[in-house]
Amino acid sequence: MRLKIVSLLAALLLVGACATDPEETGGQTGTGASTGATGAGGAVAVEPGTIQDFIVNVGDRVFFDFDKATLSAKAQETLDKQAAWLTRVSGATILVEGHCDERGTREYNLALGERRATAVKDYLASKGIAASRIKTISYGKERPAVLGSNEWAWSQNRRGVSTITGGAKS
Amino acid sequence: MIRRNRLIGVILIVAVATALTAGARAELQVDITRGHLQPLPIAITDFHGEGPREQEAGRDIASVVAADLERSGLFKPIDKRAFLQDVSSLQVQPRFNDWRVVNAQALVNGAITVQPDGRLKVEFRLWDVFAETQMAGLQYRTQRENWRRVAHIIADAIYKRITGEEGYFDTRIVYVAESGPASRRIKRLAIMDQDGANHRFLTDGRALVLTPRFSRTAQEITYLSYFNNTPRVYLFNIETGRQEVLGSFQGMTFAPRFAPNGNAVLMSYAENGNSDIYTMDLRTRKSKRLSSHPAIDTSPSFSPDAKRIVFNSDRGGSQQLYAMNADGSNVQRISFGQGRYATPVWSPRGDLIAFTKQFGGRFFIGVMRPDGSGERLLSESFLEEGPTWAPNGRVLMFFRQEPTDKDGGGGGASLYTVDLTGHNLRRVVTPGFASDPAWSSLIP
Repeated sequence: MRLKIVSLLAALLLVGACATDPEETGGQTGTGASTGATGAGGAVAVEPGTIQDFIVNVGDRVFFDFDKATLSAKAQETLDKQAAWLTRVSGATILVEGHCDERGTREYNLALGERRATAVKDYLASKGIAASRIKTISYGKERPAVLGSNEWAWSQNRRGVSTITGGAKS
Repeated sequence: MIRRNRLIGVILIVAVATALTAGARAELQVDITRGHLQPLPIAITDFHGEGPREQEAGRDIASVVAADLERSGLFKPIDKRAFLQDVSSLQVQPRFNDWRVVNAQALVNGAITVQPDGRLKVEFRLWDVFAETQMAGLQYRTQRENWRRVAHIIADAIYKRITGEEGYFDTRIVYVAESGPASRRIKRLAIMDQDGANHRFLTDGRALVLTPRFSRTAQEITYLSYFNNTPRVYLFNIETGRQEVLGSFQGMTFAPRFAPNGNAVLMSYAENGNSDIYTMDLRTRKSKRLSSHPAIDTSPSFSPDAKRIVFNSDRGGSQQLYAMNADGSNVQRISFGQGRYATPVWSPRGDLIAFTKQFGGRFFIGVMRPDGSGERLLSESFLEEGPTWAPNGRVLMFFRQEPTDKDGGGGGASLYTVDLTGHNLRRVVTPGFASDPAWSSLIP
């Protein structure tokens, strides 16, 4: 049973990886892993220190209010868990993606996504994670996680996603 | 790609712009500043040619001229099947009564001959049917493959002679061609003539590309590319295909736009999460910071005299338009209406600034004077943005995006044009979804 879940998750991640554009490997992991985020609430038994562990048991993303880059209490809670994980897996490096919903102009959203990614980075750094382990990128409104032109989809797309880029157990 | 100066190969031989104003009759003209007007009925005949090849070229040129003028909304080309006078006798002299009968107010005829060197000689004349006078007559020589450009140049000449304004038909559009699923759009730079002809892709879609803009000569494009997952402003030389990153910034650079003289590029640089406006001199490759504020400063655009820069900033709490001197001094807020204002673009005439506005859950394209007064909204939809000016400052192009449903359907973006009057909204035909248009100046 346990093995089954692990392999199912791995398969989902592989599906995401297959769709990866060779030019943008870093960006895909977060977007393709939206399936993992759904399971973030329940602790699923995956091997600690792996990327799956980070996505499933820690939670790889935080959400923002419209046109805001401030971290809510819930977002800070998620980032506290991310910081704890990154402290445990001390070799891991991450890329924080800043994303926006479609209700903004393209260039402004690029700036807003950058602001969101930096808010996540600064918070993790304040919790003792070396800034050199954290890179940021803004995708503006170019990479929605949830499709649909409605409030729920927009709330899911205003996000900061921490993607493990190296140093995790494989 | 043919070299630009050879592509032009259009040599102006004769310019007989004779306005033989006969009698007291007012000359034929269209005032394009009026809000809504009846398009001028114009008869555009197939250009005369002796052989079948000339006749084919003559038909093609006439149809491109007619399509250009029709799209402007100011002219109504008359159905050719109604014409009474044949093309050969028209070469001798128009029978004006025959053209009055079909309600033509203006008449265009022309002739095509193949030169000994294989090039085409294209002549055209524009007539005022009621005054029975010739308003313009021009002659061009060109390589056969450039016939479309000659047609656009003729359409520009007719537009200018009748409206008194420069035309905008001999121009090109660079834009972002979109394909693939909404969660992971493939975006490629594409370029085409203003009427959609000669479409080609400039990038292969492996790297995400956004917001292309033309240089003054339309020979270079500056744009944002995510090449190597590193978003930076790039230059693209259309002639050579060469792409190069601009500068060596440590963070994202974006929202590029050329200075009017083409020697500098304005852009935003995000340093430690904060976006400010910079200018880069393209000759020295030195960059200079122009704005310094913890707010988001982006989407800069020069005034045509290069003295002022308009941009958008949320320093007042929400996105509004601000203008500053070219050196970054004397910053003034110019937008004070309800809603958020973004993507300001200074008109090539200098008299207006086009913008995107968000208000009440809707998006609008509008214009205001450089001091922020006289706001007028020209277009509205679920989501639209990114106005770009025709070189005569009379028409705006922008893109609209449809809502996306939860299965990923919809969400397609298309290019549109609208007149400064708010009339004549038209979709621009592209092979697939399209966004981020930029309109070139008249091709030199």
